Amino acid sequence: MDWDWNFVAQIMPTLLSGLKLTLIISLLAAIVAAVLGLAFAIVRRSKVKAISLPVSWFVEFIRGTPLLVQLYFIFYVLPDAGIVLSPLVAGVIGMGLHYATYTAEVYRAGIENVARGQWEAARATNLTMRQTWAHVIIPQAVPPMIPALANYLIAMFKETPLLSAITVLELMNQAKSVANSSYRYVEPITMVGVIFLAMSLVSVVILRWLEYRFGRAAR
Amino acid sequence: MADSIGYLTLILQGALVTIQLTVMGSALALVVAFTAGLGRVSPYWPLRWLATIYIEFFRGTSIFVQLFWLYFVLPFAGITFSPLQAGVMALGLNVGAYGAEVVRGAILSVPRDQYEACIAVNLTRFQRMRHVILPQALPLMMPTFGNNAIELLKATAIVSLISLSDMTFQAQVVRAQTGDTLLPFVAILVLYFVLSLLISAGVRAIERRLTRGLDGVR
Repeated sequence: MDWDWNFVAQIMPTLLSGLKLTLIISLLAAIVAAVLGLAFAIVRRSKVKAISLPVSWFVEFIRGTPLLVQLYFIFYVLPDAGIVLSPLVAGVIGMGLHYATYTAEVYRAGIENVARGQWEAARATNLTMRQTWAHVIIPQAVPPMIPALANYLIAMFKETPLLSAITVLELMNQAKSVANSSYRYVEPITMVGVIFLAMSLVSVVILRWLEYRFGRAAR
Repeated sequence: MADSIGYLTLILQGALVTIQLTVMGSALALVVAFTAGLGRVSPYWPLRWLATIYIEFFRGTSIFVQLFWLYFVLPFAGITFSPLQAGVMALGLNVGAYGAEVVRGAILSVPRDQYEACIAVNLTRFQRMRHVILPQALPLMMPTFGNNAIELLKATAIVSLISLSDMTFQAQVVRAQTGDTLLPFVAILVLYFVLSLLISAGVRAIERRLTRGLDGVR
């Protein structure tokens, strides 16, 4: 196996442009997952079975099936129903939806950790359902869960290569196209691995900080 | 109709490959998880270091990169794997790294006095692990192992990208040949979901078996 540093230097700009797109997609998908996950968690608590059960089943179904197949579904099947999405949008929605089913569990744990007395107090002071959630429950439930949520952002980042399958030119796809055109696989794919490892080391530091800032120990 | 039955058998053939990958990958992951997990709680620092490096490396780089590395890069070093071998190795090594942390966490959560009791009755280190610590730690590992197995099942879909003809690959074949998108993808989504339900039911059964006789203890 011969390793060519010049070739590495030559492909780095391409890979870094792929990394930029990867980071943007991860962030956008994380926002979708964070918002949708909270919605799932709240709706699953609903006492109206006709609302909570279908959502529960939907969440279980998404969790039990591969993200790649869901991406194919969004990218290939939805256009037949008249919904045509660009690869990037399809990717963000697919990843965001998939990970929302995971963040929903995190939120659920956070909501359950809010003391019962808080619910009762909100009720005693005659807050509406919306006020209770917005001013009492969510402000207490979400911050302790931020490290756990960040964990899923990192997991999501590591799954962005799946989007290469629906033609998004993210990091892995850039590496593959460089590899295919130069017939050199060693450097591009290894460098992608190095970039992922570097990002994961950075993310460990960020996680430690979040843990310190928001985690249970901080309170 | 005759056509779609033909395509259905194609997808079922893919399902067999998916099951094969899941079973072999899980078996490898289990071995790796216990090796690396026990390595992390070893009293010898070189073993701890090796295990830690392995775990951090495989959790830090994406399973994608690992799969492509095994399949596309290693041949340049003269090591060639079939797609199935590369798939099983990537799945097993990656999920095994996650499993190792589960093993470590479960072992550490066995109360200290159990260790002290073992020392008091003069058990060897092997006897302590085999007869006291692991029987109590295993039931704690099972729920997370179940989740990991489902993650592994879901991860098998990516081997379709190195041309292994699993369920996802076959669905793509059907799509390419018929132009029909809804049927193949809905079919495999349902099949994946059924497989994941089977896994969680299986894991629950194993968990019940493992906790038998532990009721009085905990």
